[in-house]
Amino acid sequence: MVKYNTMENMICVAARQMEDGSSAAIGTGVPTAAGMLAQKLYAPNLLIFFEAGAAGPILPTMPVSVGDSRTTHHSLLASTMLDTMEAGQRGLLDYTFLGGAQIDKFGNLNSTMLGDDYHHPKVRFPGSGGANDLGSFCWKIMVVTPHAKKRFVEKVDFITTPGFLSGPGAREEAGLYKGTGPFRVITDLAILDYNNPKKRMQVVSLHEGVTLEQVKDNTGFELLVADKLEKTPPPTDEELRILREEIDPSGFIIGRG
Amino acid sequence: MEKLKVGKGELFMPYDADESRHFFKEKNKKLVNKLTTVPEAVEKYIPDGTYIAVGGFGGVRISTSVLHEILRQGKKNLGLSGHTSTHDCQILAAGECFDRCDIAYVIGLEARGLSRVSRKYFESGKVKFTEWTNAALAWRYKAAAMGVSYLPCRTMLGTDTFEQSAAKEVLCPFTGAKYAAVPALSPDVAMIHVHRCDVYGNCQIDGINISDADLAKASKHVIITAERIVPNEEIRRQPWATTIPAWCVDAVIQVPYGSFPGCMEKEYFSDEDHFALWLKKEKDPEEFKAFIKKYILDTKNFSEYLELCGGISRMNDLRFDELLVNPNTK
Repeated sequence: MVKYNTMENMICVAARQMEDGSSAAIGTGVPTAAGMLAQKLYAPNLLIFFEAGAAGPILPTMPVSVGDSRTTHHSLLASTMLDTMEAGQRGLLDYTFLGGAQIDKFGNLNSTMLGDDYHHPKVRFPGSGGANDLGSFCWKIMVVTPHAKKRFVEKVDFITTPGFLSGPGAREEAGLYKGTGPFRVITDLAILDYNNPKKRMQVVSLHEGVTLEQVKDNTGFELLVADKLEKTPPPTDEELRILREEIDPSGFIIGRG
Repeated sequence: MEKLKVGKGELFMPYDADESRHFFKEKNKKLVNKLTTVPEAVEKYIPDGTYIAVGGFGGVRISTSVLHEILRQGKKNLGLSGHTSTHDCQILAAGECFDRCDIAYVIGLEARGLSRVSRKYFESGKVKFTEWTNAALAWRYKAAAMGVSYLPCRTMLGTDTFEQSAAKEVLCPFTGAKYAAVPALSPDVAMIHVHRCDVYGNCQIDGINISDADLAKASKHVIITAERIVPNEEIRRQPWATTIPAWCVDAVIQVPYGSFPGCMEKEYFSDEDHFALWLKKEKDPEEFKAFIKKYILDTKNFSEYLELCGGISRMNDLRFDELLVNPNTK
């Protein structure tokens, strides 16, 4: 068994979530690595969209920007940002991968600011970018993030991107499309989802060597637990080989694990 | 009936379709030679207080030479459209050139990390800001490009992003569905870097267009920098390749490698070492000040900056990188 780090594990787990023939809007970093790995092993027909305007690329190497020329490499379309966003708005995009400084039990994400005064933030972050758009349009929102108490909080300081907002039915009430919303959270400790009537985050699978207590200790809100708690299979030798040799040979992303 | 929500953010650029139509009616449509220099274009079109927008995508096909010149001329109190504003935001924040910003994405440099200088500037209280998303700003350009005062879309709803925006909820007159209405945005000036254009400003862009065709139509004035100027015949030979037509454009400047250190499709890749240098220098305010002085304020023009960054041999490397054939890269 080949040794692996937490970043590699998260990428491999994320890559196994998308079925062949589905579509995904992905950003740079972990999502791109996961999308590339999925294309090479599990979903050769995964249709990748980048928010700056490229679609259907065969990625040669990791892009640094969602608009750089790697994203158009052997692509089917080099178009506009609105072309990607409108594809999402009319229901064409199945998955998106998002992240943020904070996430709450309903999957709401904060990538805007820390503090309680919007105009005088303690810490200012980039803002939505395309996150709110994709989180509003895509059918299934996936979040890949390290598990930490300061990140998994009872209440986010700012809802940049909608999860289930205040609970069941809140997205629809706000005017968002029916049937969209948070799908899974992949961390360095576990896989979590919202598959319960309360639309609350719950642990569904523990990664190799991780205990439920550990996951709870690293979560700042009351975490639900699925009826049947699974064990996440560790990365396979093949996944790791492709990830290290073909996808990220310079260690740009997996070196951060 | 349910009360419709109104974002409480400040609308920096109110739009009036009739006023805008009169402006475009008066705009010169004759094919005249618009070749000029970067300093002249900045001096003429970007007085203090101007609301500007930058084409491209932060570190992709940006008009670096114009951004540098804005710093050199010490422009102040500009308005900025932060439509994936990464390296452009970093440059303008270094000069504290803007005092209000429509934010979709600022401060960050995507996978490269965050700019401390930009972050500190937004935390300093010196900048007023209103929140948006990438699509919202793109649709705001689109609305102005269409000549209508708003567009409905289904983003931002239910979030603090909406609450801090200047959008308003509206109901569809046909279905009753709730939408976010985003107001048209017509920047005073857009600066856009393109692959090629003629002296009149008919532009061709290779690769993704991002939001630049709409931005060019939405803006009152457009400054084009181009990798190369081509004969008008080349434009007329394949008019379907024209992404920005001359009647949108006010100034044309030939600036080879004009997106450096950003990427330029099929020309050169981004200079990741140089981006890393910016982030490293930002860690020490004094060092950063000296860096900006040496690389931007004390350089006469963009060519001198390119020389400091490794000149032609570095550009050659980035050309190889772009085509994935760099013999020095594993």
